[in-house]
Amino acid sequence: MTEPSIMDRIGPAWRAAAGTDMSRRRFIKLTGASGLAVGLVSAGAAGAATPKGVAGKLKPGQQPGAFVHIDRKGVVTIQINRLEFGQGSQTGLARILADELDADWSSVRAELAPAGEAYKDPAFGLQMTGGSNSIQNSFTQYRELGARVRAMLVEAAARKWKVDAATVRTRAGRLIAADGRSAGYGEMSEAAMALPVPASVTLKKSGEFRLIGKPANRLDAADKSTGRQTFGMDMRRPGMKTVLIARPPHFGGTVASFDAAQAQAVKGVDSAMQVELDRGATGVAIVADGFWPASMGRDRLKIQWKAPAELPDSRKLDAQFGALLGRDGLPARAGDLSGMAGAKKTIKADFHFPFLAHAPMEPLNAVIEMSGTGDGRRCDIWTGTQFQTIDQATVAKILKLKPQQVRIHTMFAGGGFGRRATPTADYLADTARVMKAWLAAGRSEPLKVVWTREDDIRGGYYRPLTMHRAEIGLGEDGRIAAWKHTIVSPSILKGTPFEAFLVKDGVDGTAVEGVADTAYDLPIAVSVHHPAVNVPMLWWRSVGHTHSAFVMETLIDRIAREAGRDPVALRRDLLGKHPRHLAALDLAVRKSGYGKKSLPAGRAWGTAVHESFRSVVAHVVELSIEDGAPTLHRVTSAIHCNLAVNPRSVEAQIEGAVLMAIGTTLDGAEITLRDGVVEQSNFDSYAMPRMPDMPPVDVHIVPSGDPPTGVGEPGLPPLAPAMANAIFALTGKPVESLPIRL
Amino acid sequence: MASFKVNGRSVTADVDDSTPLLWVLRDSLNLTGTKYGCGVAQCGACTVHLDGQPVRSCVTPVADVEGASVVTIEQVGSGRIGQAVQKAWVEKDVPQCGYCQSGQVMSAVALLRDNAAPGDADIDEAMEGNICRCGTYGRIRAAIKVAAANLN
Repeated sequence: MTEPSIMDRIGPAWRAAAGTDMSRRRFIKLTGASGLAVGLVSAGAAGAATPKGVAGKLKPGQQPGAFVHIDRKGVVTIQINRLEFGQGSQTGLARILADELDADWSSVRAELAPAGEAYKDPAFGLQMTGGSNSIQNSFTQYRELGARVRAMLVEAAARKWKVDAATVRTRAGRLIAADGRSAGYGEMSEAAMALPVPASVTLKKSGEFRLIGKPANRLDAADKSTGRQTFGMDMRRPGMKTVLIARPPHFGGTVASFDAAQAQAVKGVDSAMQVELDRGATGVAIVADGFWPASMGRDRLKIQWKAPAELPDSRKLDAQFGALLGRDGLPARAGDLSGMAGAKKTIKADFHFPFLAHAPMEPLNAVIEMSGTGDGRRCDIWTGTQFQTIDQATVAKILKLKPQQVRIHTMFAGGGFGRRATPTADYLADTARVMKAWLAAGRSEPLKVVWTREDDIRGGYYRPLTMHRAEIGLGEDGRIAAWKHTIVSPSILKGTPFEAFLVKDGVDGTAVEGVADTAYDLPIAVSVHHPAVNVPMLWWRSVGHTHSAFVMETLIDRIAREAGRDPVALRRDLLGKHPRHLAALDLAVRKSGYGKKSLPAGRAWGTAVHESFRSVVAHVVELSIEDGAPTLHRVTSAIHCNLAVNPRSVEAQIEGAVLMAIGTTLDGAEITLRDGVVEQSNFDSYAMPRMPDMPPVDVHIVPSGDPPTGVGEPGLPPLAPAMANAIFALTGKPVESLPIRL
Repeated sequence: MASFKVNGRSVTADVDDSTPLLWVLRDSLNLTGTKYGCGVAQCGACTVHLDGQPVRSCVTPVADVEGASVVTIEQVGSGRIGQAVQKAWVEKDVPQCGYCQSGQVMSAVALLRDNAAPGDADIDEAMEGNICRCGTYGRIRAAIKVAAANLN
């Protein structure tokens, strides 16, 4: 039993709106490449085939639709249709394809594909990386590609050796005939290229996998340990200038007037230009030879700003949201609350969750370059992005180009956590607007637009400020008689291209996921308010589950205490119809020693389990309070993500999600506003978890052969509530807000 | 104008004296392995070795390195400790997004130079200034211990 997340609804809705039908994609051979090159093309897609005369000049990976290339030496290069920003999809998808191909893993390379029709998510019709979907949605796609290329190589060998193709085996990049003759894939690649791509192939049975399901190190580990990995921030083009943008102190603010005389006097500063920015704002762009002159120039700008009408303030927002908790909102789930009247005990709790910035380690940036004229006019962008299709369309509109004239080169990104998937394409739209102003000034050099850390922390697109209220009536036997639940959370989808088909009956599913679709068998009614707030907001790793899991999982422990039940036993009772939840919970509990091992004085257990992105994660923590702060001694985790394609990568993602969740508990891990101005600006004011905050984490994976489900996000939601439950066990005082302040 | 050594090579930077070493490395010398993360010595992504000591290059004005010797992530692997650390990083599959790892490696090499067998508390203290947003701290700890064991 898996509930679709909001991200699962975005794709089909977008596809329907855009009129694209990914099921009509065909497998194709690519022209002009040496060796064997196979890709995908949408039937009837304009411009998908490589133009004549150009093919020979392009590397196989640069040809539209390329997915697999085997050169004469047998090196296999695989195009990855996702951003790699830490989650490990580059390695995972390569291993999936390589397994069906029976490739020699040491000969496999993987590159990030540019924006292109063929690289759209096969389920969504949108090129994107998010919702923990990379492996789950491209699992079959990459297997089918690998199996087809293998079949072509086998057929080529069979014809050359004049034997039945059914008698030709493959193993680690070699073709082997029954009589012992053998050849490497590279040797047979050109002969295979002369054959048609088979219309259908038989995929391996799960017992036949050689790479899938086996732990492997990342393909990029060495480059990332030696400084050789190139990120968007490291991109450089001939003649390129660096741009920093002076942004208004308030969201949607504008430039009333500015004086750039002192900025222009800085050696290395080229120009100062007023530019249009995201959400109707304007600012001043400093164009310079390198970051430091741009920074000095920006510091020396004198700008009179015009503030927008609405200046959000955290104290006022808290009061406004708090007042809404007392009123019924839009119905998100109907439930029978008749049991409330006869309740013997009630639990009433209010919860508060702040705005959060994603703060990926690599601040946002993009390099933009214009070239050509007329129909050959082209815009190249190098950036780390989770949302190529939206970015391409948005940039094209700003620069008055067709989307196919905008080439987005996907760079490795230093984290993202959702920040690089904006429905407004904000950072690339700003980059395009700067280029528009640059062109209008009669200039044409390539530009690198860089966000400083301060620009990033103060730049909005936060996890929304959110409050919950639960009123739970318990019967005489401790059973849950009625549960009234109210959520106040601004919609992140309203005002975006997704609103029309994703905000249903006024309810933004990202605000209520994890509550309205809870796996627990509960008499719960849920309503939601979506107040409009002048702050840009966005999904943040695990989206609504960042708060909903905390609320649900801490309430379960409070109910258990009122009912005199063991919290794990109560969970098991309420999850009876959900075997994956039970499997993850039982595995984490068993491995942790919960209920068997006695803890040192001052330590307590805390447990939580939650489903998100179609996977279930349970955490059991050991926690004490040291100098007034919660201190984790051990985290034992279990994930049910069906088939774990690369168990080592699954472990890494759970470890990372645990750390990011610990970050949300730290004093100072919140974005607040005063009179419309964000009060934090860098890591000295916005708290980050550091090495001493990281406990030992033991990750266990529930064995399964079913098609893979999400991994990047599901580890995050249950960690903070497990900590809160341990604190509740120690102090008897419930924790009702993040960050945790004792 | 400042003259100093980077990875054994003599360089002269014709930039404003206030320019942080980080931007000389990245923009003038095209040594982009050293990363910008915060600009205020809070995250450690820009860590380099200045006359053997780890420093935050984002707040080190180039005027202050006149005559000094700078080693960056591009060169640190040519030393015995750097090589052991980078090998351990790959073995323990440390990186995720990888953006902070140049700084992590530089800090780890400096730690092992001072302390051949660091314990958890030593590692926490030496590495606390290096932020990793992806949560690779556990693997960094393990990799430092592997490197220390291989060096001893």
